[in-house]
Amino acid sequence: MPSHDVMPNMELYQPVQVEDALAIADRLAERGWLVGGGQDTYGWLKDRAKSADALIDLSAIESLRGVRETADGIEIGALTTLSEVATSDLIRSSYSLLADAAGVVASPQIRNIGTLGGNVSQDVRCWYYRRGLSCYRAGGNLCYADTPQGMNREHALFDQSRCVAAGASDTAPALVALDASMVVQNLNGERVIAARDFFVGPANDIENTTVLRPGDILTSVRIPSAWANAEFYWEKVADRNVWDFSLVNVAAAFKTIDGQIEDSRIVVGAVQTTPRRLTEVENAIRGSRRTADTAEAVKELSTTGARTLAHNGFKVPLMQNLVKRAISS
Amino acid sequence: MNSKLTRRRFIKGVIFSGAAATTGAGVYLANAQNGAGTAERLINLNINGRTRPVDVMPSETLAYTLRYKLDLTGTKIGCNRGECGACTVLVDGVANYACSVLTHNVKDKAVVSIEGIKSVDGTLHAVQQAFIDENSPQCGFCTPGQVMSAVALLNSNPRPTREEVRAGLSGNLCRCGAYEHYINGVLRASRQIA
Ligand SMILES: Cc1cc2nc3c(=O)[nH]c(=O)nc-3n(C[C@H](O)[C@H](O)[C@H](O)COP(=O)(O)OP(=O)(O)OC[C@H]3O[C@@H](n4cnc5c(N)ncnc54)[C@H](O)[C@@H]3O)c2cc1C
Ligand code: SF4
Ligand code: FES
Ligand code: FES
Repeated sequence: MPSHDVMPNMELYQPVQVEDALAIADRLAERGWLVGGGQDTYGWLKDRAKSADALIDLSAIESLRGVRETADGIEIGALTTLSEVATSDLIRSSYSLLADAAGVVASPQIRNIGTLGGNVSQDVRCWYYRRGLSCYRAGGNLCYADTPQGMNREHALFDQSRCVAAGASDTAPALVALDASMVVQNLNGERVIAARDFFVGPANDIENTTVLRPGDILTSVRIPSAWANAEFYWEKVADRNVWDFSLVNVAAAFKTIDGQIEDSRIVVGAVQTTPRRLTEVENAIRGSRRTADTAEAVKELSTTGARTLAHNGFKVPLMQNLVKRAISS
Repeated sequence: MNSKLTRRRFIKGVIFSGAAATTGAGVYLANAQNGAGTAERLINLNINGRTRPVDVMPSETLAYTLRYKLDLTGTKIGCNRGECGACTVLVDGVANYACSVLTHNVKDKAVVSIEGIKSVDGTLHAVQQAFIDENSPQCGFCTPGQVMSAVALLNSNPRPTREEVRAGLSGNLCRCGAYEHYINGVLRASRQIA
């Protein structure tokens, strides 16, 4: 792949008010590219694998940064950096699941500038697609990964539909587990979308990982108090502890009464394009204790329906073990 | 010809050949047609405690500006895509990859590169001296980035544990594998400044 020292020539807009950003995003539509921290963006552009006429840098919009308490939980500005999410007292004290997930994204330097909004909106990390090949996701009519020779060790086990790319965001499973909702604005107004509906798989939309469309800006993420101070479990398994994307991760939350699970959320990342919530496992463990026996009993159930590719079979036992640990830890 | 102008032309030439080297002819054409808003703009960059005027393309990275326009070549470009840390600089005291930050993004901020780490009288920073004393660098290519991450860490946490140093420097790859020596260096510096 040609490697470039330079970014392509583009225009750059640096609005300081969200109203201006919305107007520019609306006017430029497909020709504009929103930038939070740019950590997903610049690779695409340097490789000339995707292009746009103009960058719309949102990082100077102060009103989109920071964490605040609301009547029912907290609200996190979309431009809040991952380092801020990982260290925020408000998040750490009651929703540490999200802080833990944000704290293992990429590397310290990337977390220092990468934003929560960019993290959940980032595109998939499939080699072929990132290289600029015209696969299904890029509007073509074949998948290079789902072949016997394809490099598909990192790819999906579930919900494949022509594309088999796995979701890359580490914060996405945590947000789904916390029943978060995403606040999206465009010139027509604001809509609030449940995190589980914000992420979309290839069966519904093969070219996008979220419901965001040109002209939309994700302005904040709301976390309801429903899961505040629940028993949380987060674990990410990657080849290296820094830089590498999750091979599989798990974000789980449990409410127990006298040691018995009253309600839970178990969400697994990097096994399909969207975070995978294991509703059947949640139902099966209701009323049980968080023990090794309970975990063992749902081992097979946790991966029912998995379709392995040539090189990602290891993800099945990995996912089972992570789910077991989440339940019994 | 005025040397600044020559330099500017040279840089435009580099950008042009960079675009021409891409595989997709369509992409290149799209870029070529997009000549309108891509002029360099003069900004005042606050770098190493000085304000330096510099002409910057809209989508130019800070590493590019530092190395090719300000001759601050201590900031290394290893991967140019956020995967090695050789380009680490401080932006308002926070460690960032200069290859993955736009210069226009930091124009209102204080940037410190490896050249700005020693004191004005030339005395090395405690981290630099400790890296020498511990023989931390091997080939030295990753060293400027390691120094910057170490300085950022000690500024926020002057007495880190070994584990905290490991985490603080974890965004800096060392192909020579001199990690333990760098960690020893940071701990030595920590004892000296605290
Ligand atoms: C070497 C490397 C390793 C990485 N490792 C990980 C990892 O382990 N885990 C992980 O989760 N990620 C990882 N990433 C991916 C990603 O860069 C970071 O997660 C980061 O959070 C992205 O945030 P950003 O603000 O920099 O994104 P940007 O590049 O600014 O944005 C990403 C996308 O989201 C869109 N966008 C940004 N903000 C908004 C908004 N407010 N509204 C609407 N759309 C928006 C942009 O248009 C763009 O398409 C890695 C990246 C690199 C380069
Ligand atoms: S997995 Fe998806 S993104 Fe990758 S080559 Fe196949 S269609 Fe393209
Ligand atoms: S050159 Fe910037 S991280 Fe490698
Ligand atoms: S000393 Fe050679 S790369 Fe680190």
